[in-house]
Amino acid sequence: MSATPQQRFEQLLSALRAALQDGEQFTLGFSAEQSQFIRFNHAKVRQAGEVSQASAQLRLVRDGRQAEQQFTLCGDAELDRQRLHEALEQLRQTLPLLALDPYLSLDDSAWQSHSQQQQALPDTAEVLALVEREAGQLDLVGIYAAGPICRGFASSHGAFGWHQANSFNFDWSLFHANGQAVKANYAGQSWDAAAMVERLRLSREQLAFLGRPAITLKPGSYRAYLAPAAMDEIAGMLGWGGFSAQALATGNSPLQRLYSGDAQLSPLVSFDEQVSGSLSPAFSDEGLPRRDVRLIGEGRGLERLISARSAAEFALTANGADSYEAPCALSLAPGNLPSAQILQRLGTGLYISNLWYLNYSDLPAARMTGLTRFATFWVEDGQIQGPVSTMRFDDTLYNLLGNQLEDLTCERELILSTSTYGQRHTGSSHLPGALVKGLTLTL
Amino acid sequence: MFDSSALLRQRFAALRSTAELFSLRHVKQSYQGLSVRRNVTEPPFFSQDEGAMLTVRINGVEAYAATADLSQAGLQQALQQAEALARQIAAHSLLDLREHAVPSERHEHISPNFEQSLPNLADCLDLLAAESASVPKDSRLVDWQASLGISRVEQTYLNSAGAELRHAQRFLFPGLGVTASDGQDSQSRSLGRDNFGQQGGFEIIQRCGLVGAARRVADEALQLLLAPNTPSGPRDLLLMPDQMMLQIHESIGHPLEMDRILGDERNYAGTSFVKASDFGHLQYGSTLLNVTFDPTIDEELASYSHDDDGTRARKQFLIRQGKLLRPLGGALSQFRSGLDGVANSRACSWNRAPIDRMANLNIEPGDQSLEQLIGGIERGILMRTNRSWSIDDARNKFQFGCEWGQLIEEGQLKGVVKNPNYRGISAQFWSNLAAVGDRSTFQVLGTPNCGKGEPNQVVRVGHASPACVFRQIDVFGGDA
Repeated sequence: MSATPQQRFEQLLSALRAALQDGEQFTLGFSAEQSQFIRFNHAKVRQAGEVSQASAQLRLVRDGRQAEQQFTLCGDAELDRQRLHEALEQLRQTLPLLALDPYLSLDDSAWQSHSQQQQALPDTAEVLALVEREAGQLDLVGIYAAGPICRGFASSHGAFGWHQANSFNFDWSLFHANGQAVKANYAGQSWDAAAMVERLRLSREQLAFLGRPAITLKPGSYRAYLAPAAMDEIAGMLGWGGFSAQALATGNSPLQRLYSGDAQLSPLVSFDEQVSGSLSPAFSDEGLPRRDVRLIGEGRGLERLISARSAAEFALTANGADSYEAPCALSLAPGNLPSAQILQRLGTGLYISNLWYLNYSDLPAARMTGLTRFATFWVEDGQIQGPVSTMRFDDTLYNLLGNQLEDLTCERELILSTSTYGQRHTGSSHLPGALVKGLTLTL
Repeated sequence: MFDSSALLRQRFAALRSTAELFSLRHVKQSYQGLSVRRNVTEPPFFSQDEGAMLTVRINGVEAYAATADLSQAGLQQALQQAEALARQIAAHSLLDLREHAVPSERHEHISPNFEQSLPNLADCLDLLAAESASVPKDSRLVDWQASLGISRVEQTYLNSAGAELRHAQRFLFPGLGVTASDGQDSQSRSLGRDNFGQQGGFEIIQRCGLVGAARRVADEALQLLLAPNTPSGPRDLLLMPDQMMLQIHESIGHPLEMDRILGDERNYAGTSFVKASDFGHLQYGSTLLNVTFDPTIDEELASYSHDDDGTRARKQFLIRQGKLLRPLGGALSQFRSGLDGVANSRACSWNRAPIDRMANLNIEPGDQSLEQLIGGIERGILMRTNRSWSIDDARNKFQFGCEWGQLIEEGQLKGVVKNPNYRGISAQFWSNLAAVGDRSTFQVLGTPNCGKGEPNQVVRVGHASPACVFRQIDVFGGDA
């Protein structure tokens, strides 16, 4: 019987401990997944495959110096040990060439963490049959990605973490013949065919509204409702250096004026890095136990995400952030707007389901631009009139979540990352929708 | 180089399959990332990656399995997984590929100066440290970093029709960035980084201009911090090559990708404002616009002899004198659409399947020097070095921002302005192309970070371009 992923990691760890020389310290990360990827176009399978991959990331520390090597694991224990030894040797040759690293920080606690979830995933045939039965007559395009994901961490100080979970993420769009589309997603660790069917039904319902003649708006300021998926795009931009201790200390954060106290958001806005209860591993890529962090409280900048390296460089205390200091489980506190009253409270304006391709037009001013995409509607007196042709917005966060924010919804959505760059990602966000008095459209 | 080829060939020959066609694409790659930030050497990062993708075709249906287990048993198991999956999806497959032609060429492609040894790690770090140390001491200079990424890739493609295609490439990505801040505003200036990379040896460092650049780059960041905002309103726009590459990438490259036009990418990367029926007919830009798919510029990031599906690559015009001729569509997209395309089916590594990607997408030089381009502008602005990019899912409405702006009045370069942004619509923008720089303004650039596909992939793409002038573009600054 072949070794389990955790056994493979433990075997590698034993080999590393045995090979270690006096004065050497290490951290060892492990990442593995078995993924099934099925792409759909026109509700048919466009491309399908299975990917089995695993890698280790070794950091060697000696005499105040450190270097890292990542290497692919093939599953043959002897060959993987050989790769470990080669990596170790390359790092040993590298360290003497380096200057002392003043920001080297190695956590010396022997924390232990173990999380394993092995809920069965659906059979591929079941997923294919469901799509054909429920969406065979529709223009469905998207991807089904599923399988086990593993993350491990160990250090020479005795820390050990293991995270393993089966998960799936079905991300799709339904297109109307006129080119308008609605986007939906069903993701998690426990597959329920009825829930998937219900999500498809809801997206089919929205599709009906998209058949109405498209409305083209002129540039200007519009009252707007941003659904949680649209808010996720804005939150994603903030994750790009917004809360990073290094970015905040070096003028590279879009939230520098918020954290310096020169600007404020609405008192309705409270952001947390809410790791507990999320699907992310309980430990960072640096091997620190993650913890919940209040980033923005009632519109004011509070804590920041601090990696071990930033802690050393800027005389701060590390708080379990990943090395890139981006949130992995960003949560925005709910507001007072019941979802059932969204259209009524919006009155006349834009209902924006999704935003797309955001970027900063003036980073220090937290001014960002992006576009509407998927199921954006023009609403008059609480009634959907029809889809809106793609529009560009360009506005600052201090307007959108500041003086122009009217309310946030009481209900929130848990949005699981669909990112599969390099590997399937485990990040998530938990967000309400936002009603804003004015959103500036420019093109 | 290719030290595993003989073994791979032997194991491939020993594979047993009932498929009418099967292939193996083996990728072995290494990376070394070095960086000195604020005069402190950051921990060097190395990576070694190796694996293979097995693809089968059974009754016209294709499926793949990717594995890092390259033993005979591991490859055989992956092949059988792919076979099982192909049978499982057969009743649901979008495509019938029974008539789709199969490549059978044998060829080897190697990057220029591939075997040239590079300076050792200590020397590279010394070079970066020297650049970092030459950033002047000024309390407003709050962050700076000199970096060098070196990537080496060897790939072997084998198929049951007899193809054997090997390529070995080395890429260098030098970079330098400086941020100036006064506590309220921040401005950054950079060289290389995401806007530059080439194939070859250490000559790339010289071509990039990294050595000795830190003082100038820092000075430019300080100039920006003191500069007024870019004024709003229509102006003639002179884009230098390190912004042209982004303009080409987003508003010519992506809209011409055939898989977007065929709808594959509608859920993620998006669709296109270009229709299949536009090829051969649409006037995409002014008659000065000549765009090529060009894998023949040796040092450009995506120069290769064959793409990842085994199609031979050659230079082809996508747009000639403004008229749209052919899409960025590989052999499969050509089979699906009936249109002629190019050899651009590419994958980021062994664990992702090839899809239509940009490769080297260039604008051919014109006949005007930089002085002539500037001299021909009465009221305009020069912009260089991309820092912000945003475009709609049909690749039409765009807004881009640059690090550096400089006003042009009556044919003369004037003062520096910060936060230079501009916006437009692809379908109209290129018709405003009014002047194209000559070869003296032409630069071979590229980026390692083009994202697309489900599952997601990041690939290297090359863009070479002269400086270009566009008439009456909507420009504007920031809030700060």
